[in-house]
Amino acid sequence: MIENLDPVLLSRIQFAFTLSFHIFFPAFTIGLASWLAVLEWRWLKTGNAVYAVIYHMWVKIFAVTFGMGVVSGVVMSFLFGTNWSVFSDKAGNILGPLLGYEVLSAFFLEASFLGVMLFGWNRVGRRLHFAATVIVAMGTLISAFWILSANSFMQTPQGFRIAENGLLYPVNWLQIVFSPSFPYRFIHMVTAAYLTTAFVAGGIGSFYLRGSRHIKEARVMLGMAMIMAVFVAPMQLLFGDMHGRNTFIHQPTKVAAIEGLWETQRGAPLNLFGWPDQEAETTKYAVEIPELSSLILTHELNGEVKGLKAWPKDERPPVLLVFLSFRIMVGIGILMISTGVSALVLYLRKRLFDAKWFHYWCMAMTPAGFAAVLAGWFVTETGRQPYIIQGVMRTSEAVSPVQGIPIAISISAFVLTYAAVFGAGSYYIMKLIGKGPETEAHIYGSHGVKGPPLITDLVSEEEGRHV
Amino acid sequence: MFSLEGSLDLPLIWFGLLVTALFLYVLLDGFDLGVGILFPFAPSDECRDRLMNSIAPFWDGNETWLVLSGGGLFAAFPLAYAILMPAFYMPVILMLLGLIFRGVAFEFRFKAVKSRFIWDYAFHFGSIVATFMQGMILGAFVKGVQVQGRSFAGNPFDWLNAYSFMTGVALLFGYALLGATWLVMKTDEITGDWARKCASYVLGYVGVFMGIVSISVPIMNAGVRHLWFSLPNFYYLVPVPLVTAALFIFIWRDLHRGVENRPFFLSIGVFLMGYLGLGISLWPWLVPFAVTFRQAAAAATSQSFLLVGTLVILPIVLTYTAFCYYVFRGKASREGYY
Repeated sequence: MIENLDPVLLSRIQFAFTLSFHIFFPAFTIGLASWLAVLEWRWLKTGNAVYAVIYHMWVKIFAVTFGMGVVSGVVMSFLFGTNWSVFSDKAGNILGPLLGYEVLSAFFLEASFLGVMLFGWNRVGRRLHFAATVIVAMGTLISAFWILSANSFMQTPQGFRIAENGLLYPVNWLQIVFSPSFPYRFIHMVTAAYLTTAFVAGGIGSFYLRGSRHIKEARVMLGMAMIMAVFVAPMQLLFGDMHGRNTFIHQPTKVAAIEGLWETQRGAPLNLFGWPDQEAETTKYAVEIPELSSLILTHELNGEVKGLKAWPKDERPPVLLVFLSFRIMVGIGILMISTGVSALVLYLRKRLFDAKWFHYWCMAMTPAGFAAVLAGWFVTETGRQPYIIQGVMRTSEAVSPVQGIPIAISISAFVLTYAAVFGAGSYYIMKLIGKGPETEAHIYGSHGVKGPPLITDLVSEEEGRHV
Repeated sequence: MFSLEGSLDLPLIWFGLLVTALFLYVLLDGFDLGVGILFPFAPSDECRDRLMNSIAPFWDGNETWLVLSGGGLFAAFPLAYAILMPAFYMPVILMLLGLIFRGVAFEFRFKAVKSRFIWDYAFHFGSIVATFMQGMILGAFVKGVQVQGRSFAGNPFDWLNAYSFMTGVALLFGYALLGATWLVMKTDEITGDWARKCASYVLGYVGVFMGIVSISVPIMNAGVRHLWFSLPNFYYLVPVPLVTAALFIFIWRDLHRGVENRPFFLSIGVFLMGYLGLGISLWPWLVPFAVTFRQAAAAATSQSFLLVGTLVILPIVLTYTAFCYYVFRGKASREGYY
């Protein structure tokens, strides 16, 4: 059995595992950094201490998450070479600079100003600290820009030529950076990250409300989260639809797999549920809605949608995984929108902060964003198979000349390490959440006094720098 | 298509940038890895807290230079990246796992109470594994890499041998020196005194190992031997070992006279000299003795595209890195930042 270990399959498993783990952290920190910036801005603007208290609670969680994101991200920058060296060699002229820009512009920005953001509250002025938070938030977005640009090139490559030696050479950088799927992917992913954070914040806020703890802070958390659910979740449906139509034009095989559609037809039905069978070339137990697929994809009832049989068998992605992942993603999106609608109704009836059932519901929705992001990435990455660069290079041609055994060992090591380290990380985040925002002690602690100052003390006391 | 090829020697510029980035990584992460190596030997828990505080605001910025070195290699010399990463598959992965453990230990140990000792050890052993693997990669690198066509053609265990083991140990002492002299600068009282003792203790070992590496590389490779010991090269190159020797003497004197800041910068000098010596020996190979940096260079348009951004961004990066060191200047605080 050992000599049969397939390096391609093992490399794919290792990459899928480390990348799936990594994406949790950016998905959360992109949104969290922006939210922290908004919180600090509200605090500076209104002087309401509740924002500062929430900021201090979440900045600690941000630190733990960011630390885990950094270390799992460092891994990614080396795995391209260790596992996909042929790909790195051939596509290096194009993807190298894109990833290089990510490191230069984003990684440094975040890593350096994070120090000020976390440890500088009493060391630098208010404006400078706020600037550090904003810079870190911008850093996360710039990072997403370049990474998604590189990924979009792999999905919808353009602006390059293939030389005689098989290497890819850039022809037009503007076309490479802004490849056809990039704008949609970027908006879709950043919105997904914002929603992920919103539902975490809303879930934790509800958790406090349910236990009648930290009520002032919890209301702000839940309220701000639901503003996102009401306004941004429906927008995400729109962005997703735009992204889907873009995929339909550029990667029709992926869309056919998403739809579980085998025959090319006009007025194609939408398979609501079902179980695609790759061997039998059919989708079993399909629950169909007639003509809806054509309507969504072509905006015409009678539009033509290509089925999987239009491509030879070795050009088709693993249909089942793409099909199911897509339904998980969309299902969660619909739950998010319903949460927003319920929140709006409750708010108008002035019951948002005391409807117990809704707080339980929001708690259950806490991890929803993560699941949706992960499912979405499974759709787009698995849907591109068997290609690593759509239509240009197959995944099986990209792998390193490394034997199966070292990869098998490293997969086990990654699984064990990640389980231990990220298990512990989640545990400490839970503890921080369990402890909740520190209100009075923190505020007075920063002034160097233990309790509320008396008027007589105030006369003699020097003013502290921050609340 | 936009390219600066006509007016600039792009591969040389990128080689210079990459070598500089890697050196900055070695220095910056070197001192915080060094603190990790020395960590359990500190006299008390309060000392250990101060050790942590002296590097907590900097470590992830420091580690970013590793990402830049890896990313830069991929971007500017994809062929070298595609050969070296499979060649050093296992040590690279082990290094990364070590860095994971020590990286998260910063965040976790201040939040843990009963399990704090676990993260102390994670920090220590993570630092050791990461350093040792970097040293082994260095040893395997100077011994040369087997290449066929455009890919690595050696055995998966080529990197594992007595020589790379020796360089692994050598780097442990090297980083420990950087870490100890950093602590001499950033801490005082008991912690500072302890760091001073550590520094003078590891200094001797660093000297011995630098001697072994300096002698062994010319012995192993005829080309390198010729480079250093033929005339008139010898006269041009002899200042490198002489300056190194002088630096060792100055560090020793400073440590015993209670000078606080200079030993760290002199230790950087020692690293610079060692790095320079290796650089001279291995020029112009990027994958020793198989692929030169010119052969490995990415397309001129790719190098140009990234160079424009680098020339704009790198000075800013350096400025704000310096700014962050300025904000947290002076002796490290006793209380946790966390």
